[in-house]
Amino acid sequence: MASTIRLELVTPERLLLAEEVDEVVAPGHEGEFGVLPEHTQYLAILNIGVLSYRKGSETRKVALGGGFAEVTPERIVVMAETAEHAAEIDVERAKRARERAEASLKELSLDDESYAKAHAALQRAMVRMAAGGE
Amino acid sequence: MANLRAIRKRISSVKSTQQITKAMKMVSAAKLRRAQDAINAARPYARKMREVVTAVAGRAAGDAHPLLTAREGKKLALLVVTSDRGLCGSFNSGLTRAVNRFIDGRRETHEEIVLFVVGRKGRDFFRRREVPIRHEYIGVLGSLSRHHAERIANDLVEGFLSEAFDEVRIAFNEFRSAISQVVRFEGLFPIALEKAEGSAGAGAEIDYLYEPGRKEILASLLPKYVEMQIFRVLLESVAGEHGARMTAMDSATNNSVDMISRLTLQMNRARQATITTELTEIVSGAEALKG
Repeated sequence: MASTIRLELVTPERLLLAEEVDEVVAPGHEGEFGVLPEHTQYLAILNIGVLSYRKGSETRKVALGGGFAEVTPERIVVMAETAEHAAEIDVERAKRARERAEASLKELSLDDESYAKAHAALQRAMVRMAAGGE
Repeated sequence: MANLRAIRKRISSVKSTQQITKAMKMVSAAKLRRAQDAINAARPYARKMREVVTAVAGRAAGDAHPLLTAREGKKLALLVVTSDRGLCGSFNSGLTRAVNRFIDGRRETHEEIVLFVVGRKGRDFFRRREVPIRHEYIGVLGSLSRHHAERIANDLVEGFLSEAFDEVRIAFNEFRSAISQVVRFEGLFPIALEKAEGSAGAGAEIDYLYEPGRKEILASLLPKYVEMQIFRVLLESVAGEHGARMTAMDSATNNSVDMISRLTLQMNRARQATITTELTEIVSGAEALKG
């Protein structure tokens, strides 16, 4: 029985991660879910959120901009729209992006077309801050 | 005999053209490298996406999603991917010629062929020939990002779902190597997938658990898949364009080398002729004085 699971994280722009880890927690469409080795076959839509993975006693975080995850007993493959390592995140920039998004949200009404866009931008900024924060 | 000064002028003009073509070749080589890197970087995602789509759609019924359903229909949409800029050999002309032939060959069988054009060169070509263009995307290739692919994909999916056309194909230059691009036509959708059964090894028997349901996943997965296909084609086309330009500029530089050596020869002959004429004049002048 395998004691680790292979995590692969790909985006259209690059292959971000490919390593053996002990545990993955991903932002699923209907709430966070954890993946341990020998997980059953699973296919999920991912929300904008923080994906964290544990390797030994070390936990790392990645900011995800939504996507899909395919889980098999040996591996989990995350196809993300966007993804950034916590270390790559410019928290200041994310803060500014959040302020911009909040400002534009105030001006828009709920049924405006760009409301969803601005809302997604806000979410992404907050996720970045959460992932890059500590 | 040609005027000496005119030849000199000509040589210097060819020389400066040569400098430009040389520089353009170098720029294209650098851009080609970057474009190739982008293709390689997108590959793992595209491969994985295809795997998952094949696995999911293979288990679903044929009518699980409109994008998977083949329709009887006589309207075709063609996405033609050309370049914004010229000076790249037969990169655009080869493609537009093939597209023209493609359209001509389907006059009988298809009611209507709708064009979607990427790139200024393609747009100009079809506009000159008064072929109607449904949508054009100009100036996206220089700073190519996924959002452009997303926009194109949205337009195409929308038209397909609203039955403005029943089939979508892409015509583009496939990137084989720096010196070889091949015109290709690919079906985009209805999405035709190799059967998942039989070919699949391990996971074929066990279906996934889906979150939320299979339907919802297909509904959000398939447009992404289309987008990725288009993105891949755009990347290939851009790489092909730089490759074609590099080759074209390389042969232009070589031609100018030949030209300069030919002109130099001509110039030397002209100079020699002038000197000979002058000498004859001096000698005959001296002879005349003696007499």
